Amino acid sequence: MTPRQRTIRSFAWLLGLMILGAVFWWGWAKPRALTVVEGSGKLWSKLSDNRRLNTHPAPPPGKEVRVNGDIGLETPIDLARWTVDVIRDDAKPLRLKMADILALPKSETSTLFFCIEGWSDPLSYAGARFSDFLDRFGLGKDPEGGMYRYVGLATPDGKYYVSLDMESMLHPQTMLAYELNGRPIEVENGAPLRLVIPIKYGIKSLKRVGKIFFSNRRPPDYWAERGYDWFAGL
Amino acid sequence: MKVVEKHPFWLRCLHWLNVPLFLLMIWSGLLIYWANDVYPGFFPQWFYDLFKMNFRLAEGLAIHFAVAWAFVLTGLVYTVYLFRTGHAKELAPRVKAPAHGLFSAAQRVAYTGVLAVAALEVLSGFAIHKPVQLQWLTRLLGGYETARLIHFVCMLVLSAFFFVHVLQVIRAGWNTFRAMVAGFEVRK
Repeated sequence: MTPRQRTIRSFAWLLGLMILGAVFWWGWAKPRALTVVEGSGKLWSKLSDNRRLNTHPAPPPGKEVRVNGDIGLETPIDLARWTVDVIRDDAKPLRLKMADILALPKSETSTLFFCIEGWSDPLSYAGARFSDFLDRFGLGKDPEGGMYRYVGLATPDGKYYVSLDMESMLHPQTMLAYELNGRPIEVENGAPLRLVIPIKYGIKSLKRVGKIFFSNRRPPDYWAERGYDWFAGL
Repeated sequence: MKVVEKHPFWLRCLHWLNVPLFLLMIWSGLLIYWANDVYPGFFPQWFYDLFKMNFRLAEGLAIHFAVAWAFVLTGLVYTVYLFRTGHAKELAPRVKAPAHGLFSAAQRVAYTGVLAVAALEVLSGFAIHKPVQLQWLTRLLGGYETARLIHFVCMLVLSAFFFVHVLQVIRAGWNTFRAMVAGFEVRK
């Protein structure tokens, strides 16, 4: 083969592979990018025990909590009359008042709170561990006696909703929180009760909890429906 | 006039595979950065508008984290080949670069350096991707915010390398470009 023939052949190959690559990318790979990420998210959670803590020195008491997003918080709220409904299979929904939550053991921790946009914010918070909450009211067990695989949460107006894997919900830092940075939660931060789950991006830490339910099928998730990784683990 | 073999087949394959992967990583990374563009001067609004980068965080994250696996894999294969074929000797910086070598002293420093920066780019990427599960790595790199800055600066360095590299090839001409496609160089 002369150098000239070799050159033509090589360039033809490169061009052909580039076209093939473009077809592969737009026709197959790009629409599946999120599936790959969800798969590797599962892999990450399998590789570690998912019990690793996200601890961080506490910010000065009273430091303002960074606010991002008010979906599900648009309607005015009467904090004194707030209740949360926990859906049960065999009985009527369990309607709990703030006093019921406050009666649970109070846990406190401080963490670095991560937003999926790329910022982080030191945060200390206090409330009831979600695992304590389940234990106290005998919740989360499916008819076969095992734990449900998923937990769903929604704001009272149903406009913001998240779903999470039970394993992450049982993490010791996953809480139904009523204090942030040493103060009662402000309305824009999710008063009177919000989820804080610092092993996931902030999109999962639902503010103003209005409804909690359990399922073995993945419940809808606001940001997962908008193209974000459902697991959102850190 | 004689034909001299310059770049082996495996190296040319990896090189051209790396081009789209690298560009996809930069592009999707910028879609993510847009959502919290805290570093002064980076980037002006016209830049985002020009490349249509506004409000595409979800898309950026999905593509960045999916393509990252291919990018890392290519880098690993390249590194393994580099040492197993002895090609690393051609690229490693020397106090006295041999006159007959394929690469000049400046090229040796640039091509070795860029590999080190790419490795740091990947490490800092993992550190900000999994700051809880890989918290030892995040801490090693000075914490989340520092790791994010490292990731960003490495991206700038790699992009600068990319531009200079393309310019140099244009300056050097057809013979150099053909060598990376067909593998050989013609010398007088």
